[in-house]
Amino acid sequence: MTMNSQGRPSAPTSFEPRALPTISGDRGLDHEEKLIFELGRPGVSGVDLPEVQISDTRLGGQRRRAPIGLPGLSEPEVVRHYVRLSRMNYAIDAGLYPLGSCTMKHNPRLNEAMARLAGFGDLHPLAPVSAAQGALALIAELMRWLTTLSGMPAVAMSPKAGAHGELCGLLTIRAALAARGEKRGRILVPEAAHGTNPATAAFAGFTVVEVKGTADGRVDLDDLRSKLGPDVGALMLTNPNTCGLFERDMMEIAALVHEAGAYFYCDGANFNAIAGRVRPGDLGVDAMHINLHKTFSTPHGGGGPGAGPVVLSARLAPFAPLPLLLHDARGFRLIENREDLPADAKPFGRLCAFHGQMGMFVRALAYMLSHGRDGVRQASEDAVLSANYILASLKDVMSAPFGDGPCMHEALFDDRFLHDTGVTTLDFAKAMIDEGYHPMTMYFPLVVHGAMLIEPTESESKESLDRFIHVLRTMAQEAKVGARERFEGAPRLAPRRRLDETAGARNPVLRWKPKPLQRAAE
Amino acid sequence: MRYLPLTKADRAQMLAKIGAPDIDALFRDVPQAAVVPLAAFDLPDGQGELEVERALSSLAAQNRAAGAGPFFCGAGAYKHHVPAAVDHLIQRSEFLTSYTPYQPEIAQGTLQYLFEFQTQVALLTGMEVANASLYDGSTATAEAVLMAQRLTKRKKAILSGGLHPHYAETVETVAALHGTVERAPVTPGRAEDIAALIDADTACVVVQSPDLFGLIRDLKPVAEAAHAKGALLVAVVTEIVSLGLIEPPGLQGADIVAAEGQSLGNGLNFGGPYVGLFATREKFVRQMPGRLSGETVDAEGRRGYTLTLSTREQHIRREKATSNICTNSGLCALAFTIHLSLLGEEGFARLARANHARASALADKLAAVKGVSLITPAFFNEFTLKLPKPAAEVVEVLAARGILAGVPVSRLLPRAAGDLLLVAVTETNTDEDCDAFVKALQEVLS
Repeated sequence: MTMNSQGRPSAPTSFEPRALPTISGDRGLDHEEKLIFELGRPGVSGVDLPEVQISDTRLGGQRRRAPIGLPGLSEPEVVRHYVRLSRMNYAIDAGLYPLGSCTMKHNPRLNEAMARLAGFGDLHPLAPVSAAQGALALIAELMRWLTTLSGMPAVAMSPKAGAHGELCGLLTIRAALAARGEKRGRILVPEAAHGTNPATAAFAGFTVVEVKGTADGRVDLDDLRSKLGPDVGALMLTNPNTCGLFERDMMEIAALVHEAGAYFYCDGANFNAIAGRVRPGDLGVDAMHINLHKTFSTPHGGGGPGAGPVVLSARLAPFAPLPLLLHDARGFRLIENREDLPADAKPFGRLCAFHGQMGMFVRALAYMLSHGRDGVRQASEDAVLSANYILASLKDVMSAPFGDGPCMHEALFDDRFLHDTGVTTLDFAKAMIDEGYHPMTMYFPLVVHGAMLIEPTESESKESLDRFIHVLRTMAQEAKVGARERFEGAPRLAPRRRLDETAGARNPVLRWKPKPLQRAAE
Repeated sequence: MRYLPLTKADRAQMLAKIGAPDIDALFRDVPQAAVVPLAAFDLPDGQGELEVERALSSLAAQNRAAGAGPFFCGAGAYKHHVPAAVDHLIQRSEFLTSYTPYQPEIAQGTLQYLFEFQTQVALLTGMEVANASLYDGSTATAEAVLMAQRLTKRKKAILSGGLHPHYAETVETVAALHGTVERAPVTPGRAEDIAALIDADTACVVVQSPDLFGLIRDLKPVAEAAHAKGALLVAVVTEIVSLGLIEPPGLQGADIVAAEGQSLGNGLNFGGPYVGLFATREKFVRQMPGRLSGETVDAEGRRGYTLTLSTREQHIRREKATSNICTNSGLCALAFTIHLSLLGEEGFARLARANHARASALADKLAAVKGVSLITPAFFNEFTLKLPKPAAEVVEVLAARGILAGVPVSRLLPRAAGDLLLVAVTETNTDEDCDAFVKALQEVLS
């Protein structure tokens, strides 16, 4: 027993801290929190606004008749509510977040401050272009960075996320095929691809054909050859791929695709492994989206917003969507309508209102200027080094499916090391939560049984990596010797235990309802 | 480099553990022809925070912020006052730097606010269910049309001439891949006869209210006409604050509501990121795109939230998914939710009335300027003026005098009447701003 300076015991000798129910239902810093609709009272507001009487004469007979049903809360109540909710979340700022294929790296706060400068954050998208020259200059500078890093001549800036970028790329390809007078209806997608790839191909009106992988986690060239043909519009390939490996045969793949008259779309989700070292343009890529929220560290924000600009080869560039950004003697100009197009532009259409995710552009450029080309390269190298360090440090106790070669920015394990232990990939991942870590990506890519994909990013110190490795090694060893307590039913120390997702899906409750409505529904 | 924790010594130790002689060995799978030296990149080297701040501040200073003077631009993006608490709360690390809530045990904060967001959107629009956000109002509209095509198994979408042209073009880009898109004539200041265009192949009609010209539409007859022919009504709202004062589309017969939520909690940001709102009827939920947070219980029986109905989504269903969307607008949805929670029933209604009152007063004053007429008879906080000169020229002249007078219709519809100006007025416009606008317009037109 330890004693404090007053000589009293400073640690309780025996009781189960989680077992004793509290009167409040809260546990120390761990607060339960109702829904906002279960708080507040009528007539209260957290915003002081004048009471203004209006006449109905200009409402076209459409004045709202019934109240909306929103609760009334003062500012301190609203602040407390959302602060309490925030404390139920894991975050990269709070700990290592090894979600493979998601790139949870540090989000510099300078970037937040820059996006909030009034000249960017308070700038209207349809302000006269004479009043937005700085914003257009910023976009042009970001375009320069993206085209230079990718080694490709053009970039479409409006896609609002990675999947939106995929759509942009495929629609550009569709337009290029149409201009050639060809209608090629099939898109080849490796079986290890992100779900967005086949979903986007279908969304863009193509049929998806799967390409097999090899035993070493790459595209099977023979299978690719057999599936290429005059009906294939493009190959969509992630590189570095979803197994965390570089597609060694990238240039041969590009040559095969081009010989078949198809285009080569690269999913650039993993560009963060190679930025500053390898240019996709040199590898024969025709189009690639770049997730600014991954490689260039705009915050994930609990699921968005992101941005997914698409770099394009010279032969696809004319088909990029509206708006276009031009620069001439009078300064920067936006081409927003077909009526104003330059002669060589044949845009496939428009992907969204206005000009794209300006707030993300500012953050990404701040990241780039801070890192510089040397820092971007160093970040890629550190991300790859850290992933290989984890692979090398864990492969004797966990199981790596693709042999002894180096990985890129993420280390892939399968569940062979859990064989016959009674512990599943899910149990193993959930037990990490009790250790204070966010789980790795589980059961993806689909080509590996019980996959565990670990992406440490360049943001972790060696000390942090060593501690993580120690925890995972110990867990793997415990699982192997049959010590299952840690895994069964984990997590125990999170704000919630495992959620019943099946019941949630069978009888979906997707919103709060006021009591009378609930009764009426029963 | 201040963001990279590894030291040279760390890197050497790590390479030793890996058994690699140098970092290049880890990139050995990259074809040699594609390996480029640092000098191949014609870009600057890294800089300190001070230098980056200086460079970006200088670019920001070349733009005219909305708050820098009299400002009346709208057309799908609106300047409202956002309480300071909103931006503070969304920058909490636990919200800002978390991922999509795939691990619900440690993401209850995100899942609960999404559940609250879904409820707020359903309540505002008068619909039964809403999703956890799409990218923005325009892409939400495109998704609504695709959903209507799936639900009705019909091909044609009819777009009102009052639909924001960027929205119409966004819909055309994707919906034309799976069917056809027909655009009704543009009729500034009045409703077109869209019911006459509906036929047996019509999947949906898409009507915006208030429309591009600010006109509040009566959606009921359109809904009735659509339903009579087995088609759906997609209602679009670009100014969500309007629903604090006018009848929500769900109570007028809309089957899907697609809306832009930027007005609540989110800045103008030169067009993005914004937040797409998407609401529909409960019976259509399995055809809805986007994420959903649902209520359930945990292993100890406690109420909790989790992503649900994922079998609609790309990471499970791949090419059979209802949409390819993955990343959405989570943090913008949070800003929306916090702002609306701060306003509450009373505050939101007051905000809407203040907008309408200010817009109404300015419309009267501007319509009294010689040669100017107001062509929008019923509006919320935005209306259209017919000017005796090209609107784009007037806007440029006024901009040079420090007044951003609105959006010329010709910017969005180059072939439409060049003399129309869209003017938006919100609670942020002072009496002095409005008077300055009226005076300057008088001078420019005299």
